[in-house]
Amino acid sequence: MPEVLEEKTAPKRGPILKKPEVLAPAGSLEKLKIAVHYGADAVYIGGQQFSLRANADNYSYEEMKEGTDFAHAHGAKVYVAANIIAHNEDMQGVEEFFAKLYEVGIDAVIVADPALIEACKKGAPKLEIHLSTQASTTNWQSVQFWKDEGIARVVLAREVSFEEIRKIKEKVDVEIEQFIHGAMCPAYSGRCVLSNHMTARDSNRGGCCHSCRWSYDMYENPEEANQHATVSGEGDNPFSFSSKDLSMIEHIPEIVESGIDSLKIEGRMKSVHYVATVVNAYRQAIDAYCADPDHYQLDPHWVEEIHKAAHRSTTTGFFYDIPGPEDHLYGEAESLAEYDFAGLVLDYDADNRIATIQQRTHFKLGQEVEFFGPGNRFFRQAIQEMWNDEGQEIEKAPHPLMVVKMRVEQPVSAWDIMRKHK
Amino acid sequence: MRKPELLIAAGNLTEVKQYLEAGADAITVGTERYGLRLPGTMTLEEMQQAADLVHAGGKKLYASVNGLLHNNELEGLEEYLAQLHEMGVDAIEYADPAVLMTAKHTIPNMPLHWNAEIIATSFHTIGYWATKGIQRAVLSRELNMDEIMQIKEEACDLEIEVQVHGMSCIFHSKRPLVSSYFHHLGKNAVIEGKGKERGLYLKEEKREDIFYPVYEDACGTHIMSAEDVCILDNLDELMEAGIHSFRVEGLLKSMEYNETVLRVYREAIDAYAKDADLFFDQLDTWKERLEEKQDPKRPLTTGFYYKELVF
Repeated sequence: MPEVLEEKTAPKRGPILKKPEVLAPAGSLEKLKIAVHYGADAVYIGGQQFSLRANADNYSYEEMKEGTDFAHAHGAKVYVAANIIAHNEDMQGVEEFFAKLYEVGIDAVIVADPALIEACKKGAPKLEIHLSTQASTTNWQSVQFWKDEGIARVVLAREVSFEEIRKIKEKVDVEIEQFIHGAMCPAYSGRCVLSNHMTARDSNRGGCCHSCRWSYDMYENPEEANQHATVSGEGDNPFSFSSKDLSMIEHIPEIVESGIDSLKIEGRMKSVHYVATVVNAYRQAIDAYCADPDHYQLDPHWVEEIHKAAHRSTTTGFFYDIPGPEDHLYGEAESLAEYDFAGLVLDYDADNRIATIQQRTHFKLGQEVEFFGPGNRFFRQAIQEMWNDEGQEIEKAPHPLMVVKMRVEQPVSAWDIMRKHK
Repeated sequence: MRKPELLIAAGNLTEVKQYLEAGADAITVGTERYGLRLPGTMTLEEMQQAADLVHAGGKKLYASVNGLLHNNELEGLEEYLAQLHEMGVDAIEYADPAVLMTAKHTIPNMPLHWNAEIIATSFHTIGYWATKGIQRAVLSRELNMDEIMQIKEEACDLEIEVQVHGMSCIFHSKRPLVSSYFHHLGKNAVIEGKGKERGLYLKEEKREDIFYPVYEDACGTHIMSAEDVCILDNLDELMEAGIHSFRVEGLLKSMEYNETVLRVYREAIDAYAKDADLFFDQLDTWKERLEEKQDPKRPLTTGFYYKELVF
């Protein structure tokens, strides 16, 4: 039986030493610290200019410095997204901006527009440049082009498959970054100006108003005005572009074996709870696979955890095939995230099993909560006893950021997160 | 004054003939494998005939190779570019750097037009591609007149092309969104009609009377603007600025409509080049001729030429 023989003679694989980087979104300084604590090898943030998330809490230089110092102290890197498609007027001060980033210790910038690449080379010649997914790089020769231009890393378009990624890695010796988790533009990123046309907001300069998540009716061409025939019938869902969210947690072996150097999680606008939960799951899965690829098994707990922070149902995007109807959302918008970030553990008194917790969403006695921390620490309990900062017993914690003490059933530590059902 | 070029894409040889007849100075053609949003796909033989027709009239033929290419499309690209060169194509329009690289290597003397549509928004970016040897940049449709003027000023001897008439692509996805929706509805039988010929369009639920044409082809799903740009009123400004090429976007329009548009712009360009008064005197008549042919659902507007964007 040749199959059995083959199995027996297959060489045992040792640990994989070159692990791919886990790259997490850090829309604020707090999220940066959480991401690093939960195992991100690198985070990406936005400055106050030149970034596509106009509504994120973008970083001042002082905050960037603090974040970078913190990340570096923990062996993590910080990248700054400067991924707008610039108009003439936007280029003012851009060289100084890159010089300043280099000065505060940023490890790389993520840029989409060649105008900003050139400005970065001038303003901060030693600053590493990554090409953003907004540049829609979809083939190995374009990757080669950008490598020749001095780009250290290319974030591929989300439209490339595993097979294409493997070929790109084979043909070009340059770092490849790919999104593995989070929301996706249904368009080739950057090739969409729905916002410009529908709301006069420039999507490629941070003004995207997510028109692709709205509902549309599809019509056949009418012969005369006001004589429209909808394609759909009574009771049918309207047309939708809306994609399910990407999640590759169940495909870690292929992700690692494909040779992608950096695994990117989407979501600079997402919550602390999302960052902690998602980073934690991927960190554990990648570590487990790389430690012993032959005996790797997907832990269902990681998948459950990811779902607790999910906003939509999930898909594997373009990794295996071009997305079809089952990869899109039709009908009512989903709101899956059933859990709230209830509190952040600031401190733990092991002798008395009492945690000091900063409130993030109100909670009260008797409520069931979950605690989790970096790695596989996780437990569930009902809230039994709580005290305010003056030591008085309380029944509920209604005020944002109020600090309470709580008896916990298992050890916790600072940076652990307490979540509760919505 | 030097007259700007009047350019339109043609999807077949009849269109090539008719558009030349209607006054086009340059025609763009291509094949669906490499060109985006073409009015029709042509074989190499047809393109050769198009080249002969165009050159016989002293006009120019450009090949549209402006797709976002995946690894598969790279196979055969070199050969295709060499064939385009051989048939005498006057320039190649590209968007993907892979095409630039291949062209520089295979046909180093071929003029290149950077036509990436949405992302051609600053003179800095255009200047970057100029250092890579392009001869022309096709500007984004989402720029205003001041931005265009500044780009023209800063672009030095680089040729600048703008769209003067028609719709523009506002969304391009690799996803087959139209057939996915039909599958979702369970209407497998009608999936055949998902392309340009079907005349599908989208209306956002809360926005009345705004219709976005949508179609699907081998490159994915394309959504087009709800309005047709018509910059006839301000053509003088574009001509005074020395914009090199005026593109008429003829996609999703009848040949007859496009011929009317070409004739009007032909007359307008010629008139202004001769005498400004001649141009202004006839503006209203030209506009009436365009309005007559215009789909009442699709207003003629100045697009982004005089619009302020926020972000």
